[in-house]
Amino acid sequence: MKGDAPACAVHTPATLGEALAFLAAHPDWRPLAGGTDLMVPFAAGRLPDFNFLNLDPLHELRGIELTNEHLTLGALTTYSEIRWHEGIRAAFPNLVQSAWVTGAAAIQNRGTIGGNLVNASPAADTPPSLLAYGAEVELRSTAGSRWVDYDAFHLGYKQTALASGELLTRIRVKRPVPGAFHFYRKVGTRKAQAIAKVCLAGYGRAENGRVAEFRAAFGAVAPVPKRALAAEALVLGRSAAEVDPDAVRAALAEDITPIDDIRSSAKYRRFVSERLFASMLKDFFAHLG
Amino acid sequence: MAKLEQVGHSRLRKEGRAKVTGAAIYTDDATMPGLLHGATVRSQVARGRIKGIHFGEGIPWEDFVIVSAKDVPGENRVAMIVLDQPFLADTRVNHPEEAILLLAHADRVLLEKARAAVTVEIEEEPAVFTIEASLAAATVVWGEDNVFKKVSIRKGEVDAAWASATHVVEGTYGTGAQEQLYIEPHAVIAKVTAEEGVTVWGSLQCPYYVHKALKHLFNEPDDRIRVIQMETGGGFGGKEDYPSLISGHAALLSMKAGGRPVKILYDREEDMVATTKRHPSKTRVKTAFDADGKMLGLEMEFLLDGGAYVTLSPVVLSRGAIHAAGPYYWPAVAIEAKALATNCPPHGAFRGFGAPQSLFAIERHLDVAAARIGMDPVELRRKNLLRIGDVMATGQVVKEAVDLPGIMDRALEKLDYHGRKARYAGSNAGTDPIKRGVGFAVFMHGCGFTGGGEAYLASVAGVEGTADGKVRVLAASTEIGQGTNTMFSQVVAEVLRVPMDLVEVQQPDTKLVPNSGPTVASRTCMVVGKLVQDAAVGLKQIIIQAGLLREPYTADEFQAAVAAYVAAFGSLKAYSQYSTPPHIVWSDETYQGDAYGTYAWACYAADVAVDTRTCEVAVTDFVALQEVGRVINPTLAEGQIEGGVAQGIGYALWEKVEWRNGRMANAQMTNYIMATSADLPRLRVYFEENPNPMGPSGAKGIGELPMDGPGPAILNAIQDALGTDAPREIPLTPELLMDCLEARHV
Amino acid sequence: MSEKMALKLQVNGAERTVQAWPMARLLDVIREDLGLTGTKEGCGEGECGACSVFLNGKLVNSCLVPAVQCNGAKLETIEGVSPTSTDGAQLHPVQEAFLRCGGAQCGICTPGMVLAAVDLLKRCPDPDEEQVRDGLSGNLCRCTGYVKIIDSVLAAAKSASPDGAKAVAK
Ligand SMILES: Cc1cc2nc3c(=O)[nH]c(=O)nc-3n(C[C@H](O)[C@H](O)[C@H](O)COP(=O)(O)OP(=O)(O)OC[C@H]3O[C@@H](n4cnc5c(N)ncnc54)[C@H](O)[C@@H]3O)c2cc1C
Ligand code: FES
Ligand code: FES
Repeated sequence: MKGDAPACAVHTPATLGEALAFLAAHPDWRPLAGGTDLMVPFAAGRLPDFNFLNLDPLHELRGIELTNEHLTLGALTTYSEIRWHEGIRAAFPNLVQSAWVTGAAAIQNRGTIGGNLVNASPAADTPPSLLAYGAEVELRSTAGSRWVDYDAFHLGYKQTALASGELLTRIRVKRPVPGAFHFYRKVGTRKAQAIAKVCLAGYGRAENGRVAEFRAAFGAVAPVPKRALAAEALVLGRSAAEVDPDAVRAALAEDITPIDDIRSSAKYRRFVSERLFASMLKDFFAHLG
Repeated sequence: MAKLEQVGHSRLRKEGRAKVTGAAIYTDDATMPGLLHGATVRSQVARGRIKGIHFGEGIPWEDFVIVSAKDVPGENRVAMIVLDQPFLADTRVNHPEEAILLLAHADRVLLEKARAAVTVEIEEEPAVFTIEASLAAATVVWGEDNVFKKVSIRKGEVDAAWASATHVVEGTYGTGAQEQLYIEPHAVIAKVTAEEGVTVWGSLQCPYYVHKALKHLFNEPDDRIRVIQMETGGGFGGKEDYPSLISGHAALLSMKAGGRPVKILYDREEDMVATTKRHPSKTRVKTAFDADGKMLGLEMEFLLDGGAYVTLSPVVLSRGAIHAAGPYYWPAVAIEAKALATNCPPHGAFRGFGAPQSLFAIERHLDVAAARIGMDPVELRRKNLLRIGDVMATGQVVKEAVDLPGIMDRALEKLDYHGRKARYAGSNAGTDPIKRGVGFAVFMHGCGFTGGGEAYLASVAGVEGTADGKVRVLAASTEIGQGTNTMFSQVVAEVLRVPMDLVEVQQPDTKLVPNSGPTVASRTCMVVGKLVQDAAVGLKQIIIQAGLLREPYTADEFQAAVAAYVAAFGSLKAYSQYSTPPHIVWSDETYQGDAYGTYAWACYAADVAVDTRTCEVAVTDFVALQEVGRVINPTLAEGQIEGGVAQGIGYALWEKVEWRNGRMANAQMTNYIMATSADLPRLRVYFEENPNPMGPSGAKGIGELPMDGPGPAILNAIQDALGTDAPREIPLTPELLMDCLEARHV
Repeated sequence: MSEKMALKLQVNGAERTVQAWPMARLLDVIREDLGLTGTKEGCGEGECGACSVFLNGKLVNSCLVPAVQCNGAKLETIEGVSPTSTDGAQLHPVQEAFLRCGGAQCGICTPGMVLAAVDLLKRCPDPDEEQVRDGLSGNLCRCTGYVKIIDSVLAAAKSASPDGAKAVAK
């Protein structure tokens, strides 16, 4: 343990209002949710922060609400809560999948979805699911609340739309139509307790034999979790026969910008991205019948 | 053979209850009054000259215990094979993370700040990081030519084989470094006082290795050094030589601290980045076969990356070279082996000790060769497997009645190798992106020390009677999870015909136990177990001769007799010392003779599924069948094999050390990938018993064997699945397999 | 710079209060302040599970939990799994199964593994092998290849069922 605990201060607010007020006055204090991201660099002596705002007691940030229209998740919702929620299991298989492949049981009990999004690792597992479902996030400060398309949340490597003094409070996802196509696949360093080398989520549906809605998003192949917009465009509005696999592959090459790191290579990430995408499209059209 | 009461039964692990309740005390669980914590300042460069050490601002340095090379009272070199590795670098460093300075303080937070505040100024010099660069010797970093040790094994005239051969097949194979990754990192506590001398408590495999190193470091006689093994959370070779270094560090700090105890505990990152790994290897193989697939000749160049200091490399090289020919009859052999210096941290012992590297090369090569020749890999091996009376590469004659073709056939049968192979050939032709294949490897592992090692060690083990009439085993052989305590207890209970709970095992403590040698080389059961057995017989003779016991006896009579003897004479001890059986002959000069007293034999077979979209390989079934003499405790023995196979699968597929200028860049458990429970299939283990006269009740060694087979078996299965012989290197990560698919050979 | 906090915990059923830095790791509080050394540190980064404990009934990696988030919490460690286990009298069925089936080798992963198994069996009392592999995948073991650990968990599940005692006795 190389973390300098004695040098650290923690403020524990009782309410969200108090937390936001504190953050407005101390914008450089670091929110602390489940700690599964923060505690690792902290214990290694590599975290630059020494002042923490403890979100743990804020019940306003907890809770899962599922209506006919929307799923709304409090920022402190844990992976276990998502994974074992009957309603989510029935309607949002990608969210369940991404929660399931995140760490393992003990991480899933502590890690929160809000922490996952704000931590903004390009290799995180839930963001592709949320991008494919077209989620929105609520950002709140003493100035009030704003809803932002999750698609517009990640601005660059480890940069988000969160302004100074803001907390991420809720995540909202439209309920998928029954019978829609859901796809999720994580290619990680191993089967569990793994970091993604490539992660792909897809959501789509068809009307009259043509693709009426389609979103696909990758993790770990760009500085941010990212929609494959160019490739999506070559699928949307078409029938299986009208999709040109070579053109899709070329578009995908533009959509992603993977790198070499200690976990994998850019070349491998491209190789897998292409094949997973093709395999997903195959499943999609098979699903449409 | 008489019916056995203990041997062959799955008796419960002796210290099992303490382990499942969390009551077992490992080194970091122990504390002492006045304890200080120690930290190590390390080199940030691979090679260079130390120009100065600077102590930064803002740290109360006067409150710290600080030790550098000039504080060393005796020899500043770890006494192992060659005196070349310093405890603390003095004038120069030869690898990243080499220890330069030691600090101790009671406050761990302050200690970390202090460590970060020290800067060592080093003038960098050119360094060598690969086997190829070391061999080329454009930069010489050790001796005259970077060569730590050469071994050459010759049999017959290999050059004649090429001329008469129908097929000559060549190939180059490679294996990577592998981290032992015991779950308990290195930990040691030392206390050095004028009255008591040097005492060390630690997580370690070989108390007498540490004892010897400390003796030289402090220039003190034997009886002023005491080494005590604490419960040890895994070793696998990783706690064979490194504890000498870290014990020395803690002891130097304690000495300088005026006798306050000092604990050094590595965190995971420091443990991975600074301590030993398995030697990376490169092997060039050239083989000659006649038209029927009979082996005619084998030429091999076997190269190991030894890292920056000699440490154990000569013996690792030796075992690797001796196993290199595999379990086959070759009329002619020329093996040239070299351990080479690089500027990585020294590579050290890891389960298998060189054999997994060379056996990977030969067993993988035989499937490459079979495909080239157009022969079934099973039939190619069948024609050439060693049989009784055959002469091995070192001239050793196979004297045991081993049935290798039978072992192979039975393992393949368990896997349904032939059936699956045929079915997969059909299904792989379809469009399913998952391709399946089966593969196997046949191999052996020499039990005990190589060549004259056991004779040189002349190990001693003993037993003593206790006041309450129990028998206590006295040996320096450590329990590191493999079941030493239980095995010794079973062997003693068996030979004395008493229940297990009449037998205790003394915690290894050099003050109380004789030197039964290191806990390595699959020798504890076969060699030390036999000594313990003989000592127990000796103890029984003593009480019988004293007239206190008569055969046959009951357990109660035995216990009463022991108690009576101890009451009457004060102590009851019996020892036994190893002496080489006269029929075992070995020459270190020529590398000819009986390399090992006996071997364990095995065939491992794997079933794999390769996802061609992601190049991920899943091992879907695994059979490990072996002949290991007699199995003393089936549950423990299976556990050894299962654990070793899991490490072997990791070695084959995932466990990759990412080197950056000689330093491990992925020194976290999140980036160095060992298997979780979700990554492995149910490993199926089978034993065939063929009692061997060398071991207690006929046991051989099994600890290292399971590391040898998975690598080649899995890569051979991948060749079968994909129809390419390109995979020649492990770990065969998905990234590497992708490259192999691009460059299909077959 | 901060001050130590009075950290109130219910530890294996007993009320305890210790002085701890708010950002101290729960793991260090357990091992150093509470003196319960059955909880182990294998990595300090959430990967190995050797530090697993129950916090308010949930399995967590205690190396990743700051003390400040534990105030008033219920903590259960390996020492509390079976009320009388430390004096050796009685083992939890999962501990018993690990002992009988060879689920512990070097033992360093065992406390965490036992707790992860207890957690799994709470959620899923009659798991199949796949469920056990998934449920224990956050606990690394370098010694066993997991086979005997999985057998231990399966045996413990059986022993909890009506005719199960035999299964553990094997
Ligand atoms: C062993 C291990 C395995 C892991 N495996 C995976 C995996 O497979 N996939 C994966 O995606 N991740 C994984 N993670 C990462 C981590 O668990 C997740 O990212 C988790 O969701 C983080 O949530 P947390 O609540 O623990 O975040 P914390 O560590 O508390 O916080 C993370 C960041 O988010 C900020 N933050 C948290 N909540 C808010 C909020 N409401 N508003 C504003 N800022 C906030 C914090 O300031 C911090 O910068 C793993 C981590 C570990 C240690
Ligand atoms: S020590 Fe906490 S998970 Fe490894
Ligand atoms: S028993 Fe040793 S790590 Fe699991």
